[in-house]
Amino acid sequence: MDLTNDDVEEIVRLLDSSFYDELRLKTDKFELRLRRSGSGWTEEKTTLSTPNLLDAPTTAPAPAAVKASEDIEGLVSIRAPMVGTFYRAPKPGAPAFVEVGAEVTEDTVIGIIETMKLMNSASAGARGRIVEILAGNGEIVEAGQVLMRLERAAP
Amino acid sequence: MTMRRVFIANRGEIAVRILRTCKKLGLASVLGASEADLHSTPAKLADEVVRIGPARSSESYLNIEAMIGAALRSKADAIHPGYGFLSENVDFAAAVRAAGLIFIGPTEANLRAVGDKLRARGHAEDAGLPLAPGGSISTPADARALAERIGFPLLVKAVGGGGGRGLKRIDAMAQLEATVDLAIAEATAAFGDSRVYLERFVASGRHVEAQLIGDGETVLDIGLRDCSVQRRYQKLIEEAPAPGIPEGVSEKIREAAVAFGRHLKYFGLGTVEFLYDRETQEFYFLEMNARIQVEHPVTEAISGLDLVEEQLALADNGKLRLTASDIRLKGHAIECRLNAEDWRQDFRPSPGVVTRVLFPAGPGIRVDTHIENGASIPPFYDSLMAKIIATGDDRNDAIAKLARALSAVEIQGVSSNRDLHIALLTRSDFAQGAVDTAYLADFLASRAATP
Repeated sequence: MDLTNDDVEEIVRLLDSSFYDELRLKTDKFELRLRRSGSGWTEEKTTLSTPNLLDAPTTAPAPAAVKASEDIEGLVSIRAPMVGTFYRAPKPGAPAFVEVGAEVTEDTVIGIIETMKLMNSASAGARGRIVEILAGNGEIVEAGQVLMRLERAAP
Repeated sequence: MTMRRVFIANRGEIAVRILRTCKKLGLASVLGASEADLHSTPAKLADEVVRIGPARSSESYLNIEAMIGAALRSKADAIHPGYGFLSENVDFAAAVRAAGLIFIGPTEANLRAVGDKLRARGHAEDAGLPLAPGGSISTPADARALAERIGFPLLVKAVGGGGGRGLKRIDAMAQLEATVDLAIAEATAAFGDSRVYLERFVASGRHVEAQLIGDGETVLDIGLRDCSVQRRYQKLIEEAPAPGIPEGVSEKIREAAVAFGRHLKYFGLGTVEFLYDRETQEFYFLEMNARIQVEHPVTEAISGLDLVEEQLALADNGKLRLTASDIRLKGHAIECRLNAEDWRQDFRPSPGVVTRVLFPAGPGIRVDTHIENGASIPPFYDSLMAKIIATGDDRNDAIAKLARALSAVEIQGVSSNRDLHIALLTRSDFAQGAVDTAYLADFLASRAATP
């Protein structure tokens, strides 16, 4: 924004001594809305300029492959609890938490999802045997995306 | 200035912050952005944007080759690394300089001296700074003997760590070996360096740090900050000056920081961190951060300086233009970090799209942010959305202003820790000043105990 914090402060100072409760300022670069709120002011700002990308857009980013998100009759879907990067092993080079055929319980860790620099473990959620692994190591997964499927153990 | 075109090798609020000073000085700005950030607020504000690589940091913001390639393509003549990412990476600084560009930061020797936390301890010792009892360990027998001497509780720290990463607390001899082994395994995975060291844990410790700027010959300090409100060693609330430290002691801490900077022939902006023991009024060197800090605005607020401008000027002509008489501190400033996280659900990260956001505005209020209506918070990076900084005549005035300002914040679309900040700021022990690094954990524990 070509409007600095000092500019906004100055405008608020002027408005404060006026009868006005709201100011809307729109240029081709930004839109600013200042509103009286209690004894102070709030600002709502939107930058309207568009990024000036130096490189010609090479190829449009490939649309993320549509990932299977449906349940399959008779199998339990293990879904990603949150968006992030999925890891199948505790660290690079280490063996995967589970492979197809692994027997798991509700609490068995089946992978890690890294979100905002935090590692969150994903667990199987049901007792049974892993029959299919859909999400690859290092893959970016959406919340709710099916990571693996398991066949429930006989009760 | 001979510098004309600054390449920003960072993202988020610090990219916006650096852009603002570039604009003020009439410098052209180029932002290196990952695929996930091509439409971010800093991308809209920069004069030009260069794609550096895929969303994942390892392929973009941490990729030295891609970053320098992008900077050269953009015909920039200087690189500002911000904080985090490559900002304190010796290889990056060397590669920037080898490419004929100005690195806006310390010398490689400086980065090497403080990047290795054990080496930094050695330099601190040489410069006569007080150190918490501790040292390196190489065998389990070593560790036991040293632990015996230090006493419990103590911390095991990764030599390659820092900034709150790679440390663990050990309360008794029985936990020593297993915890050290775990720390070594984690340090190897996280930093590619298996070395760890032990250090005394100070129970009622406060995190106090001195802002330095130097040109290799002259080193000045720009006062102290307190960053004791932390969760898992990550800072949440910071203020300047550091409250409740006897005048003589704060003077000594500042002198110690300057002595350390002089010993290193420090060039650039940096912060020397100390642990201050409330009970004994002693202080110990912790580490040095060789970059601009997240919390730099509180120092700017009480000094009237633009620290990014000082970084650019210093990198441009190699000499400090400030003198000790330019440093006059006035008033009190406090900063809160607004993060995209659900603090009521064990601080669960909350990436997503901010549908609407209102920030406070007015005298004594500053907001440093990359968030506006429609901004997205990708899951690949840290959760910092905005810093709200309030400046008052004194500490109480600043607290009152900040609490009022926070209650005007409205963020829709993602969770934020706004209410946590309001709760922390308005507790009487915070108002009385000088909370220690256990303050936040104690608050959360007391809250959990009373549903």
